[in-house]
Amino acid sequence: MIDKKWIGYTGPEVTFDIERGRLKFFAQAIGETNPVYVDREAAQAAGYRDLPVPPTFLLAADFDSDELFSTLAKMGVPLGKILHGEQGYTYHLPVCAGETVVVQSKITDIYDKKGGALEFVVRDSTVMNAAGALAAEFRSVIVVRN
Amino acid sequence: MAEQTVNLAVGDTLPELTLPPVTRTTLALFAGASGDHNPIHIDIDFARKAGMPDVFAHGMLSMAWLGRFLTAWRPQSQLRNWSVRFLGITHLGDRMTCSGRVVELFEEGGEQRAKLEIQTSNQNGEVKIAGDAVVSLS
Repeated sequence: MIDKKWIGYTGPEVTFDIERGRLKFFAQAIGETNPVYVDREAAQAAGYRDLPVPPTFLLAADFDSDELFSTLAKMGVPLGKILHGEQGYTYHLPVCAGETVVVQSKITDIYDKKGGALEFVVRDSTVMNAAGALAAEFRSVIVVRN
Repeated sequence: MAEQTVNLAVGDTLPELTLPPVTRTTLALFAGASGDHNPIHIDIDFARKAGMPDVFAHGMLSMAWLGRFLTAWRPQSQLRNWSVRFLGITHLGDRMTCSGRVVELFEEGGEQRAKLEIQTSNQNGEVKIAGDAVVSLS
């Protein structure tokens, strides 16, 4: 069982550069062909400074920094035992290629079901832009198969 | 924009998005692009050691497809918030379809908004992801 002391744990601020090439790669990987996501001029015609990050992209900050997996490892949770339970996003400001954002995550709950056979780790993250404004928030629920 | 003024009603459905079958290549590319390098999605040896019969799709791949589905319907700048629950594993060979419908129309934050129920299901109609989204209509 995961020690409940981890509830309230706040990770370090993670700096994440939004790179245009990475956004194009992401679009390719998910089959996105809408020019807004792959063509800078089309993005600008749609009112963006540059290619906007698509709706789910910002979780990459968590993976690139290894913050999520390393935190789980510190909690004693092996990678092979996790499943994604839930994911949600709230948007406040667009985030585009060329920006650097700061992402910080906090573990807000840990609970179990089925007598501990499944444990759930709830993690809330904030995404701040370079001006220090809250651009987006996301919530991840990780399921641990014990 | 003309299409924005089209009247919406509760029960209206969104145009579906059907994806090609999930392949190992799909998962390898998504691992690289998303940054989720968990070997359980790309390394069959690791997956088997973890008690799974084979690698399986990242939940976030399907959520990214739902993102495509939503932003094909309305521009991303109108997407306010959304969340999904991952109900079942999406397997290699699954042919996924994203679908959704309007369940509520309301005013919030000084704008008209629609609440949608969205899901992905495979070729056998098994729902793998379900959730909801709030989209501005203004």
